[in-house]
Amino acid sequence: MAGGGEAGFDDATAPSGGFRKGAFGVSGSGDTSGFGGLVRVEPGGAVALHSTDRPYGGWFDEVTDALIDAVGQATYDAAVLRVLVDRGEITYFVAREHLLTLARALRDDEALRFELCSSVSGVDYLDSGGPAADATRPRLHVVLHLTSMTYRRRIRLELAVTAEDPHVPSVTGIYPTADWHERETFDMFGIVFDGHPALTRILMPDDWDGHPQRKDYPLGGVPVEYHGATIPPPDTRRAYR
Amino acid sequence: MSTVYNEADPYAGSRETTEGRVYTVTGGDWDLTFADPHDEDRLVVNMGPQHPSTHGVLRLVLDLEGETVTKARVVIGYLHTGIEKNTEYRNWVQGTTFVTRMDYLSPLFNEAGYCLAVEKLLGIEAPQRAQTIRVLVMELNRIASHLVALATFGMEMGALTGMTNGFREREMVLDVLEEITGLRMNHAYIRPGGLAQDLPEGAVESVRDLLKILPKRVADFHRLLTGQPIWQNRLKDAGYLDVTGCVALGVTGPILRAAGLPWDLRKVEPYLGYETYDFEVPTADTSDAWGRYLVRMAEVNESLKIVAQALDRLEPGPVMVEDRKIAWPAQLSLGADGMGNSLDHVRNIMGQSMESLIHHFKLVTEGFRVPAGQVYVPIESPRGELGFHVVSDGGTRPWRVHVRDPSFVNLQATAAMSEGGMIADVIAAIASIDPVMGGVDR
Repeated sequence: MAGGGEAGFDDATAPSGGFRKGAFGVSGSGDTSGFGGLVRVEPGGAVALHSTDRPYGGWFDEVTDALIDAVGQATYDAAVLRVLVDRGEITYFVAREHLLTLARALRDDEALRFELCSSVSGVDYLDSGGPAADATRPRLHVVLHLTSMTYRRRIRLELAVTAEDPHVPSVTGIYPTADWHERETFDMFGIVFDGHPALTRILMPDDWDGHPQRKDYPLGGVPVEYHGATIPPPDTRRAYR
Repeated sequence: MSTVYNEADPYAGSRETTEGRVYTVTGGDWDLTFADPHDEDRLVVNMGPQHPSTHGVLRLVLDLEGETVTKARVVIGYLHTGIEKNTEYRNWVQGTTFVTRMDYLSPLFNEAGYCLAVEKLLGIEAPQRAQTIRVLVMELNRIASHLVALATFGMEMGALTGMTNGFREREMVLDVLEEITGLRMNHAYIRPGGLAQDLPEGAVESVRDLLKILPKRVADFHRLLTGQPIWQNRLKDAGYLDVTGCVALGVTGPILRAAGLPWDLRKVEPYLGYETYDFEVPTADTSDAWGRYLVRMAEVNESLKIVAQALDRLEPGPVMVEDRKIAWPAQLSLGADGMGNSLDHVRNIMGQSMESLIHHFKLVTEGFRVPAGQVYVPIESPRGELGFHVVSDGGTRPWRVHVRDPSFVNLQATAAMSEGGMIADVIAAIASIDPVMGGVDR
């Protein structure tokens, strides 16, 4: 699966919106060495927008079929927006209205048995290349990693919400371990997990403003005692991207 | 945050004067706050965040009825350092030096997990010798980490000799790690693509010497504590959590194995060739602090077995990938003034060609690019499943690094382990979880 991130992307098949950068099209520095090579940015930026076609290979098909059996084809079609197989891992992009239905089936169905929720976290894809995020391409993602201890399989569920409506149903009723994970994701990304028993900050102080791991969270510079100079915040320093 | 007082504020009565409003602030009266006519024995005790029995800066808020804990709340965040955010503003190689500082008792596991994730994103694999040395240093690190877990366990239960012995033995392991990596902790030794440098001369002999001494010391530890009636009575039935509870709360590592499930990622999802090593997964069936103590003791012996096997299969070879677009271009050697870049290597770079100098400079300042995508790589740290969710946007820096730290998840089980028990057992329960706050708060 190596290099799968670029699967299906070349000039002939590139979906509209993708573009190239790098090499001699530099910006922000006088670097024309071409060291970084030519970087092709997919239309979704860091988010691969394409969907993998069946068969997915390996046990991925088995799990997908079992999931369809468990929730029904109609619900599956509505719940799973697309499926991506990349680097030997499978990701189901899920509509938030159906997250709990899917999670319950994934945990309880005897052909699935994803008993353990390894991790819940967030990713902010603001300005990750490609066109700016909008309502059709929400920037805030919630990522759940589920583990089946029975079958020794791992899958990933991913949801996307906008910063204006950052509501996601809480899976704490299905996976109690998600309690602190969801509090951390709320703390760091401002994603609100509806139905969580006590969604409060966990790592930052209770009266903190803002959500530090959002990409537009303002970072501080460091003042130095030399002619009033300041070391600029890390996101505004000159750097290679 | 400024507190807004008003007349309804029970803690600060006020009256108007010609100088303005004057408040009368009195100390918090717990009787008034928590007065409950039906339940006069209820007492709220705040323990930590600077309490010697709370493993660093963990804060516990306990509701007590007599000596019985009715509610245990865990407050964390006192050691939050924003490591995940920091990695987003450094290049991929620099990430190693950040993640190694999270769970400071198992730095090499943090490095290995991070590097395996980056390598999976890149689609590369470290050379065989590098993989074997990674296993070697990780298992040494597991021994050191378990020794601290056992030492602090002893300290918190009042067996101070256990503490001094455990830390003494751990220091011997750290001496060997220092000889190999240059530092006792926070090594930054494992790098994407391989290792910072090969084993130095004499390191193999040092490890072999350690392997001769440690089994005897582990046996001494058993003689000191395992048969002791006080030790047994403090630990047995304390902090009970069965398999169902563990899985629901996401608890992994020695706690889950002490509940009877032989779930060890080195066996069930092998990485770095663990499937080729001969070792057992120790379990217990007691689901309590006693079982966790025994499991950790047994795991030290299993790690010693793995270290011995890793030494035997060390073959000469490179410890960094061949690809010069990824491999870190430094080469360290011991000079008259200490460890530094090898002079031969510097002469080689400076003398070769302008292009090779540029390449060297660019790889160090700009770093390599990693194809866009995301991976989740779990490894078995001394405390359980250490997972790295790493996202790349195709650039020279990670877009997001999320660490599923086992201490963070396991600590959620505190309430389930301690509520309904005695207050003294809370200490046993926390000690048996072995949380490392650097990893919990990151």
